[in-house]
Amino acid sequence: MSRPALSIRGLTKVYGNGFEALKGIDLDVPEGDFFALLGPNGAGKSTTLGVVSSLVQKTAGKVEIYGIDIDKDFSKAKYHLGVVPQEFNFNQFEKVQDIVMTQAGYYGMPMKEARPRAERLLRDLGLWDKRDTPSRMLSGGMKRRLMIARALIHKPRLLILDEPTAGVDIELRRSMWEFMRRINREEGTTIILTTHYLEEAESLCRNIAIINHGEIVHNTSMRELLKELDAETFLLDIREPLTKAPVIAGFEVSLSDPQQLALAVRKGQSINTAFAALDRAGITVVSMRNRANRLEELFVDLVERSNAESGIASNVAKEITQ
Amino acid sequence: MNPRQLWVALVTIVVKEVRRFTRIWPQTLLPPSITMTLYFVIFGNLIGSRIGTMDGISYMDYIVPGLIMMSVITNSYSNVASSFFSNKFQRSIEELMVSPLPSWIILLGYIIGGAVRGLGVGIIVTAVAFLFTDLDIHHPFLTIMVVVLTALLFSIGGFINALFARKFDDISIIPTFVLTPLTYLGGVFYSIHMLPEFWQTVSLANPILYMVNTFRYGILGVSDISVGPAMAAIVAFIIGLFAFALWLLERGKGIRS
Repeated sequence: MSRPALSIRGLTKVYGNGFEALKGIDLDVPEGDFFALLGPNGAGKSTTLGVVSSLVQKTAGKVEIYGIDIDKDFSKAKYHLGVVPQEFNFNQFEKVQDIVMTQAGYYGMPMKEARPRAERLLRDLGLWDKRDTPSRMLSGGMKRRLMIARALIHKPRLLILDEPTAGVDIELRRSMWEFMRRINREEGTTIILTTHYLEEAESLCRNIAIINHGEIVHNTSMRELLKELDAETFLLDIREPLTKAPVIAGFEVSLSDPQQLALAVRKGQSINTAFAALDRAGITVVSMRNRANRLEELFVDLVERSNAESGIASNVAKEITQ
Repeated sequence: MNPRQLWVALVTIVVKEVRRFTRIWPQTLLPPSITMTLYFVIFGNLIGSRIGTMDGISYMDYIVPGLIMMSVITNSYSNVASSFFSNKFQRSIEELMVSPLPSWIILLGYIIGGAVRGLGVGIIVTAVAFLFTDLDIHHPFLTIMVVVLTALLFSIGGFINALFARKFDDISIIPTFVLTPLTYLGGVFYSIHMLPEFWQTVSLANPILYMVNTFRYGILGVSDISVGPAMAAIVAFIIGLFAFALWLLERGKGIRS
């Protein structure tokens, strides 16, 4: 592993009401990585990122950003950091360009240096035409892009994106993915992403950590994680309605509705076998799709396993698909 | 951050603050000028002409320094209190918190921004006063010194209020129930020599009395109190409150969980 852009050791956070949000987590994010930090709501993702960005005071532990201990020189460490939070956190009455330029000023960037960079970022993110618009007049997607432009104005080496595409339509989300890929690839910016769109994490990220109840329950590369998938479930739309699911030897089949079968295919099994059996039974499959994406199935499985170990009932599956 | 970067950051905060109160000038600059015009017309012209003189000065002239100071105090305080709390409320304060800015620059930026509004309103009120009377400033340096220090002091007060505030009501409690009574009882409209001895003594515990009287001394050359100790007290308050506000900010009071 190359030098970590972010190194966390034994990070603990206990809030004033006694709630232990982080239970001594360890985490390394390599330089140049596109890293996913996933977990259900309240798992500790935002608290972790809050500590890294100084919005939350840690109770114990050590955090280093590009080797700089935040307890020793947080100011220097913050130079390397850009933050796109989950909630809109800009002044609703200020104009788009003023918000970005003001942020540049907070980093001590002179106007003549900040102005062309702000223009480039606003153009890249499709906001240049809105530069003189008060931020409250922007659409939700534009507001998210404004926060990205603001976070990148001082050329951070580590960018934290806390659910950057929440509430953004599919077309815009994909253009934002492309933008994020580009700054990661071309500018070498390390990116830490939290998202509830697991397809997004699977598509963008090389490494992943899953956090639940304040503990890291899994931390590996995306490729290794996906290899752990034991079974994938496919939904098969069938031509004629059925009253009960057919029996196919070696496969788990259930009826989602009279015209849809759920077929679980375990690692090593061939889906052709199932199709052949269906054909023999006179069942015509007209279309097929994954019930959930591969990462989603794993995520739900890992979190539920972690919940079971902690003796906590889980509604992750419900939550993640909402 | 190097000194040049700190300077850029400080100017950025001040410009942002000035841009805010000038953008909403009908809420920030216009009301005090209208209110003070009414004070000058009603108390200065109509009632004042029947009162006669106060400490040998015409009543209109006597109340001008107090009214200017009252505007400076309330506007410096409320600018920082409402701006900083509004940033907390909208969470835009996080823009500052994630940046590498040291706390003292953040504090200084807000204080200067508040003082600029306080002094700006002070200038407007002074201009209005000139429509009613001719003022001959006796001690210009002292006048400027005391009004600037007062603006800074109450800007710090507004900042501390905003740090503690959890809802918008919390930033109006102190101005309504503390600042306004202290200002009205701080010798804006009368000389404390008019009061019975007991209330004169009580009045001496009011810090605003010292600011109003020092400012009045600077403009008119008359005062109920000694100017030297008053100036020293204002400076001491500024240092003490700045240190307290900085300590709160470093600890993340009201802004970090």
